[in-house]
Amino acid sequence: MSAPRIAGLLLALVVLMILTVLASIRFGAIDFPLHQMWSSTAAVLAGRTPDTLDGRIFTELRLPRAILCVFVGASLGVGGTLMQALFRNPIVEPGLVGTSSGAAFGASLYFVLGTVLHVEQAPWSLPAAACAGGVVSTWMVFALAETRGDGRASIVMLLLTGLAVNALFLSGIGFLSYIARDPQARSIIFWNLGTLSGATWRSVAIVGGVTTLGTLASLVYAKQLNALMIGEEEATYLGVNVARLKLIVLSINVAIVAVATAFTGVISFVGLIVPHILRMLRGADNRFLIIASAVFGATLLSLADLIARVALRPAELPIGIVTSVVGVPVFLSLLRRRHYVF
Amino acid sequence: MVEAQNVGFRAGHRDLISGISARFAPGQLHLIIGANGAGKSTLVKVLSRLLRPAAGLVQYDGRDVSHATERDLARRRAVLSQAIEVAFPLSVREVVMMGRYPHFGTRPAQHDLDIVDEVMRFFDVSDMAERSYPTLSGGEKQRVNFARVLGQVWQPVAGQHRILFLDEPLTFLDIRHQIEFMKKVRETLKSGDMVIVGVVHDLNLAARFADRLLLLNQGRVLADGTGAEVLAPAHIRTAFGIEPVVTTAPGGGMHLIFD
Repeated sequence: MSAPRIAGLLLALVVLMILTVLASIRFGAIDFPLHQMWSSTAAVLAGRTPDTLDGRIFTELRLPRAILCVFVGASLGVGGTLMQALFRNPIVEPGLVGTSSGAAFGASLYFVLGTVLHVEQAPWSLPAAACAGGVVSTWMVFALAETRGDGRASIVMLLLTGLAVNALFLSGIGFLSYIARDPQARSIIFWNLGTLSGATWRSVAIVGGVTTLGTLASLVYAKQLNALMIGEEEATYLGVNVARLKLIVLSINVAIVAVATAFTGVISFVGLIVPHILRMLRGADNRFLIIASAVFGATLLSLADLIARVALRPAELPIGIVTSVVGVPVFLSLLRRRHYVF
Repeated sequence: MVEAQNVGFRAGHRDLISGISARFAPGQLHLIIGANGAGKSTLVKVLSRLLRPAAGLVQYDGRDVSHATERDLARRRAVLSQAIEVAFPLSVREVVMMGRYPHFGTRPAQHDLDIVDEVMRFFDVSDMAERSYPTLSGGEKQRVNFARVLGQVWQPVAGQHRILFLDEPLTFLDIRHQIEFMKKVRETLKSGDMVIVGVVHDLNLAARFADRLLLLNQGRVLADGTGAEVLAPAHIRTAFGIEPVVTTAPGGGMHLIFD
């Protein structure tokens, strides 16, 4: 596909994202008329607190939630793309290989033990705890699943190991929730099924910063990841230092996914579906996929969050239920595809 | 010139190759032959520096390769491996373009695009440029990959020989494409500044196309020389455990028949 057509497709994806985000800001437990969205946003931009209750709901709950959703969706989309490129397999994603559950465990451990051990409540201590958990669980899955000796884990081993490690960390979270006093840690549904209801401007800033940096950094390695798609030996022959590339890309991936998970819990399948749909549209060139999966991941998660908020309103579904309903059929159909290599 | 000096490689406690010394000169087609497990692929991987030898030294143009960066190596040395599978829908053009990856930063320059077009024409894969690589047949994939590795070392490098390794390139090719492939390899040699080292199984194809043969047996060199020298019945018997009948091909070259 030619460069103008790629640019056109990216532009269309960005427009789609903006429309979805606008819809997700407008509709919810209460619907905001356009003029109120405008006046509240203007008030925030001018540095004032909106004077009405609705205005404050809009600027302190709805708006940060929608923006957090954009960044979390982007991080899961990019995370899925990076993992699939790294392990040369289209059915790998952060939720399946333990990154998300490990990160959630790290974060809930922080909530439970942080107060007991008097860990400093620095803005970065929660994301750091989540990253540590994500590193441990991801490393466990790949170390335990590697049986071939050529660095390419068999997908059956990978999925089964992921299943076991996920179960381990989720039961760890269950235990921590059981003994916890902190209300956020107590909510096991929060960690297992994911929700964006805890969004604050602070979490927006942290997740936004890490996701943006991580996406830009991974773009630097897009060409090398392309070379990796034809094999580790081949990539080496093409001048790629494969061991170094794996370490860097896995680090970026764990950082962006773990930080997002720390604030939203485990949201599965977004990282699986997003690169899959984009590949059907335009093929597997990572230079395109990384940017597009950030944009499209943001779109899909915003849509999922909108559905989670309006389906049973005024009550709210955990977003993980929505993403699973869409994601499981895609995952199963991918598993059954013949021309993917297992 | 590619030179191996007393090279050995171990996997676990087993010597896959040991004590191998050989020189591979530019402008000549060097083919490595031997039975399964004789160490042919291991030798190619050590020569191409995918594997670091446990003993000995590999030199390109008189310089030890062990300290070169992957990227510097990739600009002058290409390797065609066996059976490359891709799980993703990459276009044929992008796979061929990968051969140019060591030569450009983020975006290919015009001459990279030109080289890709040229090698795709040379290997008769231009028609498939926009097709998805995983949908190709085994033979088509092989041709696409040969276009890719040749594109990688398409331009002469000042003061250095270009080096091309072919690890069982004829797998998956039908007989017509095998012959065409070998002819294209010979055509590539005419530039004079390229060292080509290949591994093949078919002894008659090796006899017909190679300038020099290297016969491996149990990880060691059994014979090194011209086709007539290396393919002596005694060598074949030792290396393959089978008795050949040597006849003359219609073109005048030697031809082996096995009972």
